[in-house]
Amino acid sequence: MASTQDLSVFVRHGANGTAGMELAVDGIRCAGCMHAIEDGLSREAGLLTARVNLALKRVTVEWREGALRPEAVVERLAALGFKAYPFLPGGQEDADSREERRLLRCLGVAGFAAMNIMLLSVSVWSGNASDLEPSTRDLFHWLSALIALPTAAYAGRPFFESAMRALRAGGVNMDVPITLGVVLALGMSVVETWHHGQHAYFDGAVMLLFFLLIGRYLDQLMRRRTRDLAGNLAALKAEAATRLDADGNAVSLPIAAIAPGDLVLVAPGERVGVDGIVEQGRSELDQSLVTGETAAFPVAAGARVYAGTLNLTGALRIRVETVGAGTLLDEIDRLMGQAVESRSRYVRLSDKAARLYAPLVHATALATFLGWIAFGLAWQQALVIAITVLIITCPCALGLAIPAVQVVAASALFQRRVMLKQGDALERLAEVDTVVFDKTGTLTLPEAEILNAEAVPGNHRAAIGALAAASRHPLAQALAKALNAHAPAADTREYAGQGLSAAIDGADCHLGSIAFCDAQAQAEAARAEHPDASFIAWRCGDERVVIAIGQKLRPDAAETVAILKQRGLDVLILSGDRAEAVAPVAEALGIAQVRAGLLPGEKLAALDRLAAEGRKVLMVGDGLNDAPALAGAHVSMSPISATHLAQAAADVVFLGDGLLPVAQSIAIGCRARKLMMQNLWFAVLYNAIAVPIAVAGLVTPLIAAAAMSGSSLVVTLNALRGRLNPSKEA
Amino acid sequence: MNIIAILLPLALALGLAGLGAFFWCMRTGQFADLEGAGWRVLRDDDLAARDEEARGREAESRSP
Repeated sequence: MASTQDLSVFVRHGANGTAGMELAVDGIRCAGCMHAIEDGLSREAGLLTARVNLALKRVTVEWREGALRPEAVVERLAALGFKAYPFLPGGQEDADSREERRLLRCLGVAGFAAMNIMLLSVSVWSGNASDLEPSTRDLFHWLSALIALPTAAYAGRPFFESAMRALRAGGVNMDVPITLGVVLALGMSVVETWHHGQHAYFDGAVMLLFFLLIGRYLDQLMRRRTRDLAGNLAALKAEAATRLDADGNAVSLPIAAIAPGDLVLVAPGERVGVDGIVEQGRSELDQSLVTGETAAFPVAAGARVYAGTLNLTGALRIRVETVGAGTLLDEIDRLMGQAVESRSRYVRLSDKAARLYAPLVHATALATFLGWIAFGLAWQQALVIAITVLIITCPCALGLAIPAVQVVAASALFQRRVMLKQGDALERLAEVDTVVFDKTGTLTLPEAEILNAEAVPGNHRAAIGALAAASRHPLAQALAKALNAHAPAADTREYAGQGLSAAIDGADCHLGSIAFCDAQAQAEAARAEHPDASFIAWRCGDERVVIAIGQKLRPDAAETVAILKQRGLDVLILSGDRAEAVAPVAEALGIAQVRAGLLPGEKLAALDRLAAEGRKVLMVGDGLNDAPALAGAHVSMSPISATHLAQAAADVVFLGDGLLPVAQSIAIGCRARKLMMQNLWFAVLYNAIAVPIAVAGLVTPLIAAAAMSGSSLVVTLNALRGRLNPSKEA
Repeated sequence: MNIIAILLPLALALGLAGLGAFFWCMRTGQFADLEGAGWRVLRDDDLAARDEEARGREAESRSP
């Protein structure tokens, strides 16, 4: 079929006659790949620059307008051995990276100010201990104020704005005590300096901002990194569709460029990328990604087809539809909306801490103020002590406690080819006590395989493959794929509904149904061994073979289930497939609690029931029918082979054929949560020691500075322990 | 104590220079790819060009 590719939607046109494009590239693993791509692309005439971003696995190319077709870049990369997928950086992405840059700028300013003020402060502290002239001290304090006040006005804005938002909404968050602490510390220091006082807290206030900005930046970095990866995933998964123009020309376009009302051609073996109505053609569809059902489903003109199904036997012309009421996608969309609502009730650990923390801090400061007045101190002095309490309790360590652990744990997961899409998924993973698996494509490999490979005679493999490739029957197609046969046999004779035959090496060979090949005896034996499989028979001369075809378990599925059980987790299967197909899988894995034949809504209801029992469920699934359950579960995971919608609904996506990442993720999540809790308890301990000293009025700026940097350092170092001891997991 | 009049502005100026350098790095995307930059150092594509030049000079000097 002559179809041209059109990628012009992805090209961005820059100033002075250049054009550019971003590509997500599959398979950039090392520096060698980076060099290969850059060298290879630089040989392309007309290309101005090609730059690989190794951290993000992306390539940015620029060329002179008109000198090059964008498709040539993709072709060139394919020739180099890399699959590239163009994509448009979304608007959300821009907003996030703007926020990140702003935080980094604030961090830079706060860092500069903290260092310079500390330089002045250390001089004052050592001078106070010896014989500093008051006028010099005043000069140093005024210089500090000169640096600190503009810095706080600039670098403190992220906190001030967030605190204002919280107050306006009638709530209190962590930023309220931070804002109060910083503003009061600066105000008090200016007043002290005015009155030639000995102590000023400019260094404390700015250092506080510096440390808190580090925590805030790590948090944002985590969010952007998970989102970047999600963006890459979306680009990697975006299939192309073939659009038929009015004059019958076929053009291959990315799905993003297809509009409702377009006519799309889907060849046999292609995945349907759109929802629509079949206008012309007759075929069978593999709906396993959509419903979990493994048997092929026949369609003809007028039938409705859904994105994600696989076209098996015949070419289809499909009229693209808008997603209207009553379609499967719409139904799943609605269920997902419901499910996400229940999810949003989850309160992050950091927010929980903030809710406890803010009122406690304010109450302590107020009690200190009133207490000292009752004790007979002048109100000015009492106020100074109350403010030092606010400064010393400022959640320096708290602000770092969770983001630092998250960043470390996320990179540990990334090394194991697991991608977090939500930062708080780590905390939720740690709470899991029940694991629910989907069957098709999750416990089993996404593609059908030969189950009794030992029965296939080695000397006939090529012949069987060639014959299978000549057939359009879904079973034969799966067989051809499993045998890696691409070239169909010549001169085959097809017997409708039975099979096909060809003369191979002088012998008359048949491939088809069991009756067609007269192989009932062999079929009995194969059926006893693989009760849930589909069968295809082969006869060549007197030799008869029955090949069982079905979904194979993922290689380490049994091991993973065993590890999960060992951790004390309940393991369940909720499948949309027939009970007969699910039972053998459950038996092989030793899973007792199984439910089969579930609709998407029933899966979600089953999860809701589990949640009502007080269980925290990890849902692992890949199909369109799993998407509502994935969105509704306490936390959810999807393999990379899953449908877009399932991946969009999942918190975590894992790569590779194995299922072990599920167990590893839970282990890393538990470890991360343990470290977070340790950090939070350390922050409590720090306050338990520091607050009485502050309440007693004994805190000097030197003590405040040492306590703040010390606690932040301890918390960060503790978070880094998440990187150590990878052997302890799983 | 006059030394302070020199040292303080000097310290501030150095700090500001560092801050300026940091902003420059951000604006020009020096932090966009933290992994790749380390490997780029190891490329010797610039050497290839110089080798050719050297070979060219050699050829010139040999020809009378």
